[in-house]
Amino acid sequence: MVNIFDSYNGLLPDNLIEESRELCKSNRLNPKDTRKVLKKVKEEYDRSLIDPGESIGIITAESIGEPGTQMVLRTFHFAGVAEVSVTLGLPRLIELFDARKTPSTPVLDVYLKKEYSKDERKVREVAASIKGTKLSEVTEEFIVNLNKLRVEAILDQKKMKDFKVISSNLLKAFEKGLKGAEVKLSKNKKFLIIKSSKKEFEMKDFFQIKEKAKDVIVKGIKGVDQVLPVKRDNEYVIMCSGSNLKEVLNVKGVDVTRSKTNDIFVIADVLGIEAARNVIINEATDIIKEQGLDIDKRHIMFLADVMTNSGEIKGITRGGITGQKESVLARASFETPIVHIVNASLIGEEDKLNSVVENVMVNQAVPIGTGLPGLTVKIDEKKEIKKK
Amino acid sequence: MSDVYLNEKFIGNVENHQDFLDKIVNARRENIMPKATNVFYNDDLDEVHIDISKGRVRRPLIVVKDGKSLLTKEHVDKLTKNETSWDELVKDSIIEYLDTNEEEMSLIAINEEDLTEDHTHLEISPITYLGLTTTLIPFSNYGSSSRLIRGSKIQKQALGLYASNFLSRVDTDVSVLNYPQKPLVKSFMHDVVNYNKHPSGQNITIALMSYEGYNMSDAIIINNGSILRGFGRSTYFRPYESEELRYSGGLIDEIGTPDKEVKGYRSEDDYKLLEKDGVVYTGASVKEDDVLIGKTSPPRFLGEVEDFSIAASTRRESSTVVRHGENGVVDMVLMTENEEGNKLVQLRLRNSRIPEVGDKFASRHGQKGVIGMVVKEEDMPFTANGITPDLIFSPHGIPGRMTISHLLEAISGKVGALSGREIDATSFDAEPEEKIRNELQELGFREDGTEVMYNGITGEQFKVRIFVGNMYYLKLKHMVANKIHVRAFGRIQLLTRQPIEGRAKGGGLRVGEMEKDCFVAHGASLLLKERFDSDKVTVHVCEACGMLAINDTTRDNKFCQKCGGNTEITAVEMSYAFKLLLDELKSLMVYPKLSLKSKY
Repeated sequence: MVNIFDSYNGLLPDNLIEESRELCKSNRLNPKDTRKVLKKVKEEYDRSLIDPGESIGIITAESIGEPGTQMVLRTFHFAGVAEVSVTLGLPRLIELFDARKTPSTPVLDVYLKKEYSKDERKVREVAASIKGTKLSEVTEEFIVNLNKLRVEAILDQKKMKDFKVISSNLLKAFEKGLKGAEVKLSKNKKFLIIKSSKKEFEMKDFFQIKEKAKDVIVKGIKGVDQVLPVKRDNEYVIMCSGSNLKEVLNVKGVDVTRSKTNDIFVIADVLGIEAARNVIINEATDIIKEQGLDIDKRHIMFLADVMTNSGEIKGITRGGITGQKESVLARASFETPIVHIVNASLIGEEDKLNSVVENVMVNQAVPIGTGLPGLTVKIDEKKEIKKK
Repeated sequence: MSDVYLNEKFIGNVENHQDFLDKIVNARRENIMPKATNVFYNDDLDEVHIDISKGRVRRPLIVVKDGKSLLTKEHVDKLTKNETSWDELVKDSIIEYLDTNEEEMSLIAINEEDLTEDHTHLEISPITYLGLTTTLIPFSNYGSSSRLIRGSKIQKQALGLYASNFLSRVDTDVSVLNYPQKPLVKSFMHDVVNYNKHPSGQNITIALMSYEGYNMSDAIIINNGSILRGFGRSTYFRPYESEELRYSGGLIDEIGTPDKEVKGYRSEDDYKLLEKDGVVYTGASVKEDDVLIGKTSPPRFLGEVEDFSIAASTRRESSTVVRHGENGVVDMVLMTENEEGNKLVQLRLRNSRIPEVGDKFASRHGQKGVIGMVVKEEDMPFTANGITPDLIFSPHGIPGRMTISHLLEAISGKVGALSGREIDATSFDAEPEEKIRNELQELGFREDGTEVMYNGITGEQFKVRIFVGNMYYLKLKHMVANKIHVRAFGRIQLLTRQPIEGRAKGGGLRVGEMEKDCFVAHGASLLLKERFDSDKVTVHVCEACGMLAINDTTRDNKFCQKCGGNTEITAVEMSYAFKLLLDELKSLMVYPKLSLKSKY
């Protein structure tokens, strides 16, 4: 019994073998029938494989491009309780496939461990510890004191309490957050004294330090400006703006296995390229579904594979995949032809005419479909057309 | 304290703007201030604007005081007896004109019943908030607004009598409907604008059914019998003109039949229609490339070297010929002088247009479609009375577009045709549907407009009753004869050797980027290659240097200019565009070396 399934190792995908194994078991099939089933499965599997010479690239492009023309250009969609706005629709899809370094609206979905996710109070605690609080949020006023050559930040005690910022933590935060300045707490603990560590300084240095000090994160995680606990399927999820996944995962109570961001580069950096591929697939599928369109998942998977198979994320742009085509002519036919031709001539690049565009340009049969007779017919090399 | 502006210029302040506004409005109504005065208070900026400038759009409304219309029954009676006039009413401030700003401040009731204490004005009639062309749509208050917009737009494209002096005009690209009729179902606006004096459609019988699938997707079926009886026939006019231009050095164009010595002389046959003055005669039947006005021009450059010509004349042929793909009859020839004193010849070609597959027709409800098939009269479905419809319209066009007015017009038209009267279908004020239906029943038809019909081909009775009615149909100016275009081979571009573009020049239809993608997606590689063979060339390539070699056909000698005679030279097929690219690369000092190998 075991041997029958094992003999299909490598011929069928693992999950297909596993599924048939379970189904055969639950239906109590005898070895003869099992063999029949597996034979049939293999047949079906082979039939659903793509034929050699099928132009999947263009079919994918058309399958995604055509519904794309029907997409609504409505940019903003307010998810749930107003506050967090997320770019959706065509702009987001373009952003995703172009692999822009930062999404226009980075969003974190922070899932929590079981013991935290059900208790609203605990959820709020975690949320508060994630939210990045700036110094300007807990101060009443900033004073440039020219007499004593220092900047004074008067602390708002009530807000300090609200945000749970302890004054001793402030100094710690400044050690990391603000360089080129010495920070002390006043004796009555009511304001911060910020002095420049430079020996000679000008007026504008004060104002620079003041502006920098305002943005120092005194508590929480940098880049996370907004937090919003949302109830989703019986548990609380914290929706945040920003994409600092690395630090969020270090926070106590955060479920490392489920928390995610829509910034594919952060995902690739923190969780690896395979995770980034999955995020591309999920994001694209969600956008398309949200618009009420239906694109076969395999097209999107193929696109995500192409974008990530080099180990780093590459967009469908001049600087990404399209710019790395093998053929000079193909590259030249897509944006900035002169650059490609000049560079190719400098290193004496050769174009083997192996793909579609080049062959269309020189009016030769495209090596696809009927242009690949060698797949079914043996071409006698000796009978090669004799050169004159 | 509000700022006051007169004609957008600051003039002062007022303490209480509401008082001030009321004062001005009262002054206007009591004829102390001009009737053209309009006021407006801007809430956000706290500004009062008084406007008596020119060029504002204003419209008349009935003044309402204390929730009661100032226009009483007495006024209406007097008006009908011609005892008072519109101007009187305006003078008495029963009716006043508001501009767009003052309208913003007013509360206008649409119907008199709706009036409350707060209302300031009353519409004279609900249709006044529709435009001219929209009011021409019958029962428009029963249609959806998007269809009304389309309907208004379509009416402007309808053929009719576009100008009563059309016979003495030379307009570009115009048509005249041969047998226009006044609409049976009309609105009040048809009378106001004298529509019956310049109608642009015909009353026909329509059936709402499918016919062999040839009226799917908004196509329509047309009865050939109706065409023979004159339905949709129109005349198309196209002007041609030629001018005797003057050039520097006292040289001048010359209208007249060109001499045989003239450069670019066409065949004698081409000039046979010209009279002594070099212009065709009226009534001549002409086809494409026939000369209409013979003309010669002086040489482009003085002292131009004549190739092997003994004759002294170096003039060029520059006649006006009938455009590509057109024909017709010369309708009118006009000889005159233009502003510069140059001799000017204008003529007009007339072309009879009989409805054919592809011509566009529409009802007045935004329901447009092209002819999908012209059916012989004997093959058309017929009713128990033996009536065959002139046009068959697909029922699928109705539910999604919700043009109830379309159906109402059909029923009303039927009543109109049977009873011989015009039906009033003014928006918001039409004859009630109930009444029309009852009248139809009295005339011996089913009140819902359906009739038992028989298949025209087999004679079988249809299982359902078919909706039959009469409608006013418009022929639109888009006709296939002006748009049809085919090409097998023809002129090519000099630079790329690819077919030229454009219908007028007999160009090709481009297989573009996306069309190419379709071939690739289907794997039809060899078919794609064939499609792109329009600029195919065979070039000879030197295998040693990979550059183009020279093929001297007269001496049957192939050689490479660079490598001399002893290299292998191979013939290669490629697109001329690629050969051009190779040449351009060479001009950029880039060496494109071709290395040849057999493809398979």
